[in-house]
Amino acid sequence: MSVATIQSRREWLLSDRPASRLQARLGRAYVAWRRFSANRLALVGMLIIIGLLVVAALADVLAPYSPTFGDLKNARLLAPSAAHWFGTDDLGRDIYSRIVYGARWTLYVVILVAIIAAPIGLLVGAVAGYAGGWTDTILMRITDIFLAFPKLVLALAFVAALGPGIENAVLAIAITSWPPYARIARAETLTVRNSDYIKAVQLMGASPFRIVLRHIMPMCISSLIIRVTLDMAGIILTAAGLGFLGLGAQPPLPEWGAMIASGRRFILDQWWVAAAPGAAILIVSLGFNLLGDGLRDALDPRSGDQ
Amino acid sequence: MSVADNQAAVGRGGARAVAILSSLGRFLVIAVTTYLGLLAVTFFIGRVIPIDPVLAVLGDRAPTAVVERTRREMGLDLPWIEQFYLYVKAALSGDFGTSVLTTNPVMTDIRRVFPATIELATLGTLIGAVIGVPLGVLAAVKRGSLIDQIARIIGLIGYSVPIFWLGLLGLVLFYAKLQWVAFPARLDVVYEYTFTPITGFYLLDAAIQGQWDVFYDAWRHIVLPAGLLGYFALAYISRMTRSFMLNELAQEYIVAARAKGLSETRIIWGHALRNAAVPMVTVIALSYASLLEGSVLTETVFSWPGIGLYITNSLTNADMNAVLGGTIVIGSVFIAINLLSDLLYRLLDPRTKVG
Repeated sequence: MSVATIQSRREWLLSDRPASRLQARLGRAYVAWRRFSANRLALVGMLIIIGLLVVAALADVLAPYSPTFGDLKNARLLAPSAAHWFGTDDLGRDIYSRIVYGARWTLYVVILVAIIAAPIGLLVGAVAGYAGGWTDTILMRITDIFLAFPKLVLALAFVAALGPGIENAVLAIAITSWPPYARIARAETLTVRNSDYIKAVQLMGASPFRIVLRHIMPMCISSLIIRVTLDMAGIILTAAGLGFLGLGAQPPLPEWGAMIASGRRFILDQWWVAAAPGAAILIVSLGFNLLGDGLRDALDPRSGDQ
Repeated sequence: MSVADNQAAVGRGGARAVAILSSLGRFLVIAVTTYLGLLAVTFFIGRVIPIDPVLAVLGDRAPTAVVERTRREMGLDLPWIEQFYLYVKAALSGDFGTSVLTTNPVMTDIRRVFPATIELATLGTLIGAVIGVPLGVLAAVKRGSLIDQIARIIGLIGYSVPIFWLGLLGLVLFYAKLQWVAFPARLDVVYEYTFTPITGFYLLDAAIQGQWDVFYDAWRHIVLPAGLLGYFALAYISRMTRSFMLNELAQEYIVAARAKGLSETRIIWGHALRNAAVPMVTVIALSYASLLEGSVLTETVFSWPGIGLYITNSLTNADMNAVLGGTIVIGSVFIAINLLSDLLYRLLDPRTKVG
């Protein structure tokens, strides 16, 4: 590809008179990407998350040992070595392999919480903002009540009643994490509610249901994605905390929080059993935080540098 | 002053009083609904989710007579709304039932363990505020400098690290390897029987009684968990302080102060920080509330006998009354701090005074 074609493509993308919807969208995405990729830390965050996805997808290839069956006879609590990069745990399982498989469970939790909590928040916020009046007051009051609760303790109580397990942990975290999404969706809805295009759809006789679903909710998505990305680290930490307390993933699942809990008993002598999974949690949450900050700065210029 | 001026002043005072009264009224409505909401959620967790709430409270080995009696005592034969009314009434009078594990009323247990949590969270917030505020101010003033980068990294790691893991690593380093701090507990066993607490805050009690050896021992036990909580408070406080200060430093009154020839120190600490103080009070209060909540994990790691450890111990023993009682107490304090700091913000901020 010559320099000239690259030049003309850039001009096509940055054109202020896009000829088609596709060109306008690609142009906007290009500008956002340029702003995002200028932020080195955000790129690091993105690389970490891509790494997480790759590790989760290729766990079978990357892990040299089984994550659930160990060599009880010869390999208990071995220190890190060439054969076992992060050592082995009390059941003779290779910690590196367990961390590789644990990436799947981390993704599982994060994705499930996001696809449960975000749509709830989106729906509540969009309906409240579009309907206004009493509906708005009541829905937002409920949102504020949930917002004022201590999240971890409430999730703890939920799991205590539902019974320990990774699905119940996901449910408990989702129940406590939708309110901020509702607030964001409501704020976005209020800004577009009285705009001309909504008036036009109303004139064409669209039902309120259709307006909220097809014309308001899509407008809220980009700010919602930013917020969800920023919340991912918190979700991972809460899930790990529940796992650490024995309420999340149950043995022998290679979930990172539960791995730290099982390493706690040997922490003074065999520190690596707990150290490696904790480092994995730290790196992945850091990745989500950096990515979220970068996305916010790139897609939402209003927030500026703060 | 003329009569008209006086009347205007009275009018302004009246408007101010109305504004304060209306924000107080709003505060009360919000406080009551939020607290009812909390009780509704714990009611839901304790009575609706379990298939048989009596089994959830007593366990499956209780004799039939006890099960029947408890069923009547809990009012499970009544309609939902009446059950909830009785539940709220009991909770308001501090009656959360009896703990299966300790056989005490849950409230008695909580009163015993709560001071330990308060002591830990208070010290943690103090550490976080004393270091976090100056760090945030410096990061804002020297924006983009080395100290700003360091503050940013401290903040990022604070937002990303699992608190219980950092606590465990801290124990390995400072207790096992360096022996700077004492083992996880509140006091050495030697002092457990010779020391009589008055308020339940051991550092304070030891100081009042002049038992400086006990004070030193308590300090050696609390310093690591409190430092850990302090780090988390610091990450949040310094980040927020930086953003408030950047906001203030961009205002025109700063330019005016510079034009007047005031020293940079005076401008930063006397003018900008003072104006950022109101939102910062809110931030510090919120971080205190979140440390109370975060105590669940920290206390488990450090065997700190506070309400967090009480909840987790009750959890592993399926002691639902104790778990929900602890949840309500932490939730109530959390909500109270949240709402009070919001009210304080409204009352202190000159811009929200006369609406």
